[in-house]
Amino acid sequence: MTSGNDLTTLTAAQMAAAVAAGEVSAVELARAHLERIAQTDVQVRAFLHRADDVAMAAARAVDDRRTAGEPLGPLAGVPLALKDVFTTTDMPTTCGSKILAGWQPPYDATITARLRAAGVVILGKTNMDEFAMGSSTENSAFGPSRNPWDLSRVPGGSSGGSAAAVAAYQAPLGIGTDTGGSIRQPAAVCGLVGVKPTYGGSSRYGLVAFASSLDTPGPLTRTVLDAALLHEVISGHDPHDSTSLAAPVPPVVAAARNADVAGLRVGVVTELGGEGYASGVLTRFNEAVELLESLGAKVTEVSCPHFGYALPAYYLIAPSECSSNLARFDAMRYGLRIGDDGTASAEEVMSETRAAGFGAEVKRRIMLGTYALSSGYYDAYYGKAQQVRTLIARDFASAFEQVDVLVSPATPTTAFPIGERADDPMAMYLADLCTIPSNLAGNAAMSVPCGLAPEDGLPVGLQIMAPVLADDRLYRVGAAVENALDQRRGHPLLAEASGIDNAGATAEAGR
Amino acid sequence: MTQTDAAVTSHPVPFEEAVARYDPVIGLETHVELSTAAKMFCGCPTVFGADPNSAVCPVCLGLPGSLPVINKAAIEYTIRIGLALNCSIATWCRFARKNYFYPDMPKNYQISQYDEPLCTDGWLDVEVGGTTVRVGIERVHLEEDTGKSMHVGGSGRIHGAEYSLVDYNRAGIPLVEVVTKPIPGTGALAPDVARAYVAELRDLMRALDVSDVRMEQGSLRCDVNTSIAPTGSAQWGTRTETKNVNSLRSVERAVRTEIERQAGVLDAGGRIIQETRHFNESTGTTTSGRSKEEAQDYRYLPEPDLVPVAPPPEWVAQIRADLPELPAAHRVRVWQQLSWNVLPADKDAIINAGALDLIAETVAAGASPEQARNWWLGELSRRANAKGAELSSLPISPEQVARICGLVDSGDLNNKLARQVLDGVLAGEGSPDEVVAARGLAVVTDAGVLTAAVDDAIAANPDIAAKIRAGKTAAAGALVGAVMKATGGQADAASVRELILARLGQS
Repeated sequence: MTSGNDLTTLTAAQMAAAVAAGEVSAVELARAHLERIAQTDVQVRAFLHRADDVAMAAARAVDDRRTAGEPLGPLAGVPLALKDVFTTTDMPTTCGSKILAGWQPPYDATITARLRAAGVVILGKTNMDEFAMGSSTENSAFGPSRNPWDLSRVPGGSSGGSAAAVAAYQAPLGIGTDTGGSIRQPAAVCGLVGVKPTYGGSSRYGLVAFASSLDTPGPLTRTVLDAALLHEVISGHDPHDSTSLAAPVPPVVAAARNADVAGLRVGVVTELGGEGYASGVLTRFNEAVELLESLGAKVTEVSCPHFGYALPAYYLIAPSECSSNLARFDAMRYGLRIGDDGTASAEEVMSETRAAGFGAEVKRRIMLGTYALSSGYYDAYYGKAQQVRTLIARDFASAFEQVDVLVSPATPTTAFPIGERADDPMAMYLADLCTIPSNLAGNAAMSVPCGLAPEDGLPVGLQIMAPVLADDRLYRVGAAVENALDQRRGHPLLAEASGIDNAGATAEAGR
Repeated sequence: MTQTDAAVTSHPVPFEEAVARYDPVIGLETHVELSTAAKMFCGCPTVFGADPNSAVCPVCLGLPGSLPVINKAAIEYTIRIGLALNCSIATWCRFARKNYFYPDMPKNYQISQYDEPLCTDGWLDVEVGGTTVRVGIERVHLEEDTGKSMHVGGSGRIHGAEYSLVDYNRAGIPLVEVVTKPIPGTGALAPDVARAYVAELRDLMRALDVSDVRMEQGSLRCDVNTSIAPTGSAQWGTRTETKNVNSLRSVERAVRTEIERQAGVLDAGGRIIQETRHFNESTGTTTSGRSKEEAQDYRYLPEPDLVPVAPPPEWVAQIRADLPELPAAHRVRVWQQLSWNVLPADKDAIINAGALDLIAETVAAGASPEQARNWWLGELSRRANAKGAELSSLPISPEQVARICGLVDSGDLNNKLARQVLDGVLAGEGSPDEVVAARGLAVVTDAGVLTAAVDDAIAANPDIAAKIRAGKTAAAGALVGAVMKATGGQADAASVRELILARLGQS
């Protein structure tokens, strides 16, 4: 019999193959991961809610289907860590906020439903910055998660809980959401693969909205192929989401298996780099670009002149939408209720509940957005930001006339210490400097590990950006980089993570 | 002078005097609930009177994570309305969020349309007192309805209530808002124009089959804007917006009393505040609501959860081709078919009562236009008004009314008996003939019975009989009365009279 640790260090593709072949049961996989969570989550704090019973029941169902000879999907029986921003009928959904503590939704998000239908075993709900607003999980009302590479550092955010869980071998698959970089940034600082699919490629139905025009669900995994397999399971048109695209899902799994970049035109975005970027980040990024060139890609420099305005535009659009989206949390129908003493008016209860239930960053953004949308300011703020958004989309469009993909560092720095930026929102916002343009334009983007920064030994992410609905290109380039670096190194990068007891997470077991 | 109207004591000026010295300008915003099978953004049914919160889902409850999906039928209905109102139909437009906090708003924003309405710039002709007034239509847009609050205790308003209950069945029902352009120059007719416009709009919605337009159930609701300025003034006055005026009569009264009130304020040297006002159905007066100074900032933004609406031109053309006959054309045609000359005021009364089709159908079933008019505008209107119901909702058909007319014509019923038959039909006792049979209401035609009754009356009134014999036939009325009394009213008065005269040698 295979030991628990051996099981948790397999890739999702390997686990699914083992389940399909009857070499391991889904129940064994689920139990091994639940044990791993029990052992390590005291340190990592990736999960807000562990759903042992739900997970075991789902695993048993997969095993029963296999026994009955029914066909299994490509990820059937594989455990997954679900960001606590997706509704689940059998688990609470809190969005990392006190205002929703204990709320159990009466319906499943489309992503949740698709995962269940595919036989993916949801282990529980993971920590996040409150309502996905943040880059470190420090804005969670339930305390920060820790980076498995160094427990004194943040795992990134807002999908930091899912990233930490996958990096800590608590699950081979994680689902996050990316509004300004909330999948790619934690992936980069945890040494994982993180993908923001094309906006509308994965359904938002049941994803508790932060900024509707930007929110995109996507995978967080340890390998490019695992990300592609998960990408396919969760993608495709959803009649419950008007903004979901009717187009066919790009062939991402095939692309992940065809790691060939010969002749591919790769553009280095000149605006994303230089001052403000950690030297180790730039070193590893430049090496990755050289690596692509050595693999046959044609590398050029491409200018995207309006990217410098992306961050300020984002911090008008996202808060504006959030100020409206979060208005529904008013204590009237669900969630926290404060001050209802029988004499207070509905307005007073709403006000007291929102004052007590939202954290500082959420309040800051609600106020920013309320101001930006107010009469007389709309044109100057929200209107202008939308114009910038159009210009950024045009920058991408003209860049993609010259090249097939764009690359940049995924983040300006590696994982920063917990508390370092907690009182400096601007410093925190800069963590998403490289990722935000793709959210504004709606195109696909990925972060893939490209080594450790020499100065601190922490992971660096290479960001790959592809045109709308050309998500498959991300996987082609990502897989090429992953293959070449793993070969050069002799093991996956994550095998070097030393923050927690990773005995068994060896190179051999990982591949 | 920056006095407010609250600072001066003022008394309403009688209407005739007010409109002699001030010119009113009115405007109407009318909300119409569409009768689509499903709600605006989800699949819940649009039902009236169901158990509270029984027709709801995550979407219309605005639960976290839920998303709206546009009901295409609601777009089609709105385009139908826009085309019937001679509007331009947008080739591309977006929904917008109107943000404000209220417990019956599931999301604390309403999905509506702001600066990109689906239909713009049309008109609707209304007839008032024999003249046609063209009312300009500013826009027709689509939005979702809110839930319905019931405040328990206190005054029934949210402030001071002990507790409140919210029913979300109505939340998400598609609501069309029709906004007129300002309507100047109607003078003393302003209240009638307002009423006629709403009545015409109601008939239009009914003809288009897009709404039940039951004002008493709130499926058609009006906000009435009113301003006045001294006669001949180049500038319009400051307007007030009277909210939730929910019957035709109230629309007329709201305009009238607001003109009277504003004239009083201006006469006293006051200033009209731009504000919303509440209409009190029982007194017919308006009271101050919130003023524009403390008005909400709705922080509109384009709805990011929905893709823009771009109705293909061929679809719009198809909807246009499929439009039914509209009320104005219908009226002209029906009127001509009736080939019946009436005073304009009578025509207005018929149209305002919603009786034209009923009369036409009654005539088609065999009654004379006069008979049909008299029944529908007289007895039946009285009964409808007493019940607060629409004429068309009375449980009697034009065919049944025509049958009653026929029974009167043939002498089987007199007018008094006919009213009793009407009562029976309205009480659900069956057809006119069944009621006649069951209640024994037929006119007494048995010659023996009648002759006996006449002879009894002659014998009991020898003085009167003598006068008649002497040629004073007018005195016969008293004997007719005695016979009618003796037969329980079930004799035909004309026949009785003839019989009396014959028995006394006067025919």
